[in-house]
Amino acid sequence: MRDKQIEDLKEYKYGFTTDIENIRAPKGLNEEVIKFISKIKKEPDWMLDWRLKAFERLKNLKEPNWQKPKYPKIDYQDLYYYSAPKSASDKPKSLDELDPKLLETYQKLGIPLQEQKRLNGIAVDAVFDSVSVATTFKDKLTEKGIIFCSMSEAIQKHPELVKKYLGSVIPVTDHYFATLNSAVFTDGSFVYIPEGVRCPMELSTYFRINASETGQFERTLIIADKGSYVSYLEGCTAPMRDENQLHAANVELVALDDAEIKYSTVQNWYPGDKDGKGGIYNFVTKRGLCKGVNSKISWTQVETGSAITWKYPSCILQGDNSVGEFYSIAITNNHQKADTGTKMIHIGKNTKSKIISKGISAGYADNTYRGLVDIFPKAKNARNFTQCDSLLMGNKCGAHTVPYIKNRNSDSNIEHEATTSKISEEQLYYCQQRGLNSEEAVGLIVNGFCKEVLQQLPMEFAVEAQKLVGISLEGSVG
Amino acid sequence: MLKENLEFESLTYETLGNTKERKEHFYKFVESGFPSKKLEDWKFSDLKSIINKNIKELKFGFNTIENKSYNLKFTKHFEHSKIVILNGEFLSEDILDIDKNKIEIKNENLIFSESLNEPLNNLNKAFASKLIKLNVLEGKIVEKPLVIYHICDLDSDTNLINTRFELTLHKNSSLSTLNLFEDKSVSGFNNHNFNIVINKNSNLKNYIFDLNKNQNLRYSFTNIDIYENSNSENFIYSSGSKFSKYEINSNLKEKYSSAFINGIINLDKNNHHEIKTNINHLAENTKSYQLIKSVLNDKSTGVYQGKIFVNDQAQKTDGYQLSKALLLNENTEFNGKPELEIYADDVKCSHGSTSGNLDENSIFYLMSRGLNYDQAKKLLIDGFINDVIEKITNIKIQKYLKEAIN
Repeated sequence: MRDKQIEDLKEYKYGFTTDIENIRAPKGLNEEVIKFISKIKKEPDWMLDWRLKAFERLKNLKEPNWQKPKYPKIDYQDLYYYSAPKSASDKPKSLDELDPKLLETYQKLGIPLQEQKRLNGIAVDAVFDSVSVATTFKDKLTEKGIIFCSMSEAIQKHPELVKKYLGSVIPVTDHYFATLNSAVFTDGSFVYIPEGVRCPMELSTYFRINASETGQFERTLIIADKGSYVSYLEGCTAPMRDENQLHAANVELVALDDAEIKYSTVQNWYPGDKDGKGGIYNFVTKRGLCKGVNSKISWTQVETGSAITWKYPSCILQGDNSVGEFYSIAITNNHQKADTGTKMIHIGKNTKSKIISKGISAGYADNTYRGLVDIFPKAKNARNFTQCDSLLMGNKCGAHTVPYIKNRNSDSNIEHEATTSKISEEQLYYCQQRGLNSEEAVGLIVNGFCKEVLQQLPMEFAVEAQKLVGISLEGSVG
Repeated sequence: MLKENLEFESLTYETLGNTKERKEHFYKFVESGFPSKKLEDWKFSDLKSIINKNIKELKFGFNTIENKSYNLKFTKHFEHSKIVILNGEFLSEDILDIDKNKIEIKNENLIFSESLNEPLNNLNKAFASKLIKLNVLEGKIVEKPLVIYHICDLDSDTNLINTRFELTLHKNSSLSTLNLFEDKSVSGFNNHNFNIVINKNSNLKNYIFDLNKNQNLRYSFTNIDIYENSNSENFIYSSGSKFSKYEINSNLKEKYSSAFINGIINLDKNNHHEIKTNINHLAENTKSYQLIKSVLNDKSTGVYQGKIFVNDQAQKTDGYQLSKALLLNENTEFNGKPELEIYADDVKCSHGSTSGNLDENSIFYLMSRGLNYDQAKKLLIDGFINDVIEKITNIKIQKYLKEAIN
């Protein structure tokens, strides 16, 4: 009986698909497809040129292969690079006009859009597959001069900002997956916070991967002008399916003088079944540039899903006195693989960075922290603190730490520490003695282990994340 | 390019034998060339460019000892047995009476069976003339330290030395060795390969001191296999050479075995030194401990790459690794990669790494007690280093090192 329950719980909670007719680009990766995407999105010529430039570059690039988790070769010609819910070609003006099926999907995910609009005070730019279908709370944001819209809309309406900042942090000439994204990205979010404005609410996007065999190529650009502040949430759940799906998003953050950007992610894409079949490949490039003095960028991530997670949200600390932070929880169970971490590039004087990474590995999973702290010769008084802790459950899984430390300035300090351990019998015994069953006990202990990171999440996310931590590890102790 | 300029045949030194195998290794080496930073293991020390920069023309050739005598000043600090290796070849031995029947020294032909994957090992195999073999016999405790003098006194004909050394401790034995480098030549490349086997219930203390200032480039690879209940203590003092990379690969193959690696990198000018360790925990209840400290002056670069690997058999592993670096000048650089790769859950593994300048508060404290700035600085640096030196368990050798660096 109990086994049955556990079995049910282990099944992916958010595994369902919505049936909506799709507009698709023909299969394959070539100039025609890129032109098709650009045309269907009614993009100006400069954007198409930019994409083609990236594609040109892509032809000469090779997929990187230094990562720990290996995956079967991806046939890039066998993917659809564009698919959009049909009803989106005629964009609805309000939520009521939305396809009821779409709304239902969000309801199942626990983000009732209607509800949120009224109760939560969060503007939701929900990305369903590749095209933004609903943007809420626009009025309130417009009042403050904040631009929060889909990338395609930004290309039409704010070309000067897009031209100036798109590709300024992740250039077209970056690594394979970033360049692929530059060539074929479909949509994403665009945020601009004007000078001196503190964004009154937390901006949030829910990503959904829906149509089968569609790689998702999101592009997000957030610009915080002088003295502004924004907190951005990204949450992901994806339907269950068998084939592996590639997700190669690019996220660029730019913080000017005295600005602060806080970017939080909860990633819970389909991790594959318990034998390691299926699941999402999450190869995302996230990079933040602290361009101005006293700027700050903070990444927080909770990674529980995906068959393979391969990402390094990074900070380039260019402005003097700028601050970069990275808080991460990566949980891998069954056959999941994660190779994640961060890069802190100290260029400016008095720059500070802090890295807290918690990796939890269970079942047959492999969890790697890989990070770089690089202090440039001119980065006087730079400071870094890194802590990576790993927790192992069972002797079939692995936990690895691969930090790269480069210190080229004698006035700078770098500290790094890492530990690997397991949940002690005493802790488990103590909890069980007080009436918790073994899974509850593990959930509690792991939540304690992750506390430093969970605290960094905004309220709404923290609750969800705590639940996720528990759900992800169900069945791993026994 | 290298291939066109080099004809192995013209180098053949018939009496050595194994021409075919040597040739194979040499061509394999020529194919790959010296390792560059494109290889992950050489990321922080680009040997290819270092060789190009420091040695105008590397002349490949076999080790030679033309005049078989060498006037060497042996260290008088403590009583010891001696082995002298001149330009990569065994020259002489002098074992104290007390340890006479405990050690066996042989000068043998090379065995060619290994793979051809490591470029520097290939180079070593192609040109090392003999395998110097040292056995500590079963049940023998060698009382006095054995000092191995590595002398490099090359003329202009060749500037490459390849030494191959094998040390076996049979069951229930014990030995302390000290490798001392004595370099007279200008800009040569020394390529050492040590293979050490420590059998059951044995104990090896292996010290390497590179003390004297010289222009040589040095690469030393040591593989240590450690069996049940055995212990290997390693200490490296890396200071004198222009460039050096010490690579220690420790395999803890049976239960209750342990490995200790401690080291100091103390540099000035634009010297570049690296210590790379790789500890493989392959059985239950094994232990490893590493402490590496770097003191960097002028324009020097220090690198530490350490890896603790624990396979799924090695439950109850205890692994510890700490690296600290002092950057005393704005042009110095420290690169570190402390790595953990763990596949067993009941383990205690941790590592720490810090790098930075001296603590201003400590200097202020000392100056307020009457020391001047330089004295205060020296005191702090000495204390920083002493911490590691005191890990040397052979007191006489510990004392020798302390005196040598002051």
